[in-house]
Amino acid sequence: MDAELLRPLVPQVLGVLARRYGQFEACEDAVQEALLAAVEQWADGDVPDNPRAWLLTVATRRLTDLWRSESARRRREENVAAQEVTQAVPGPGDDRAPEHDDTLTLLFLCCHPSVTPSSQVALTLRAVGGLTTAEIATAFLVPEATMTRRITRAKESIAAAGSTFAEPSAEDWPARLQVVLHVLYLIFNEGYTASSGEELHRVELTAEAIRLTRAVHALLPGDGEVAGLLALMLLTDARRPARTHEGALLPLADQDRRLWTVPQIVEGVELVSRTLGRGPVGPYQVQAAIAALHDRAASTETTDWPQIVELYDVLAELAPSPVVTLNRAIAVAMVHGPAAALALLSTVEDDSRLKQGHRLDAVRAHLLELAGDTDAAHAHYLRAAKRTSSLPERRYLQSRAERFLPAHR
Amino acid sequence: MKFLLTMHMNPEVWDGLSEETKDAVMSGHGDFIAKIRASGEMINTQALGAPADSAVVRVRGGVPVVTDGPFTESKEFLAGFYLVECETRERALEVAAMIPDAGIDGLGIEVRPVAFFAGAEGEPEPG
Repeated sequence: MDAELLRPLVPQVLGVLARRYGQFEACEDAVQEALLAAVEQWADGDVPDNPRAWLLTVATRRLTDLWRSESARRRREENVAAQEVTQAVPGPGDDRAPEHDDTLTLLFLCCHPSVTPSSQVALTLRAVGGLTTAEIATAFLVPEATMTRRITRAKESIAAAGSTFAEPSAEDWPARLQVVLHVLYLIFNEGYTASSGEELHRVELTAEAIRLTRAVHALLPGDGEVAGLLALMLLTDARRPARTHEGALLPLADQDRRLWTVPQIVEGVELVSRTLGRGPVGPYQVQAAIAALHDRAASTETTDWPQIVELYDVLAELAPSPVVTLNRAIAVAMVHGPAAALALLSTVEDDSRLKQGHRLDAVRAHLLELAGDTDAAHAHYLRAAKRTSSLPERRYLQSRAERFLPAHR
Repeated sequence: MKFLLTMHMNPEVWDGLSEETKDAVMSGHGDFIAKIRASGEMINTQALGAPADSAVVRVRGGVPVVTDGPFTESKEFLAGFYLVECETRERALEVAAMIPDAGIDGLGIEVRPVAFFAGAEGEPEPG
């Protein structure tokens, strides 16, 4: 059984159980156990006729086992035992696809504000994405026991906050959707620029982020920011095949654009043009529009930089952050020259949010290179290389620095 | 984000502590481990043997040269570490402050971000 077919069933089965029995925490554990059983038993191609009903049956059985083993919950055991499924046949309605899709409700629950972002990510990947704890632990390079604890703790926090399996109130809805989109964005970014480790990309995480965002877009087709986020992911991921060469990162200007994934660009551009300008504009739509301008250009020279600067101005209004200023500076350099861009950098150089990372130095080095100040460019590329925790990024920055060694001139 | 929290031991400081305080530090590590396990932040911890038992290996011209003793002679030595996974640097600092050694005059916990990490298993094969 292909995981691609199995995983979309996970939120469906979890949705049915959570509706039927409440107790998200226990239901989620039961579905994870059913998933593990499926991975093991279906491995040799022995897939049941109705995988969804099979998962539901096994998960229900695990749930009743769990309740039975808790003697203090005797009363509930009696209630559930009456509904217990004794053999792996579909219950009434179990063979039908669900009438309502629970994906969104589950996302709201997993991305609950009482949980820290990295735990929101982990729980979302498990409960909605249908990944096993071991897979999530591998993706984030932590032991499985650590990930298990993190997920359990996240569920305990949600239960303690009194949240139930229901969508947020109309009043909370927009803010909660923002959290969901942010978590999907974090999953994508972790996959696109793995924050530690040898590989720059973890394709399984980017693919999962795109799959989940696509599902949310299908449920909320009229939401511009959901469409914008999906477009941003597609347009960014489209460049992945050209983004590295022999383990080193290649900047946009040096990428072989023929390697970019055209169908993703087409889909992303279409999403952007369909949504931009209809309804309120949000940061994901603007970032997608910028990515679309890059993806449609045949080269750096033919890129519509003035338009990109304008879009960064809009983004700086909507979601001001020092990182936006850094990206804007790169575009400004293309339109007004490196001196104007360096002046822009000086407005954020004391920002504490940039102190830890390497990005300020990397951008400054790039601008100094454009300005012809090779000694200073060399020094800043080296500083940036020292401060990044991504090995491919470090290789790239070091190779840039080496170009400006005295011996190379 | 992963952080290495290292414990730097100073025997002069340690020997000057009362038995009671030493016991409190030792048992405090058990409580600390329980706490960061429960929070899902613990990756692992190791306490190291005496610096007198260490050796430094240098390969010169393809030949290993072994000298007994630690790499650097100093009052403090690396006694052990915790490898943790924390949401932010601020949280890592907070966690470090929970280690009992941090509360002893003359001792402290060094907090450093991990730049690269590999385990026994490699990246999963594609497909």
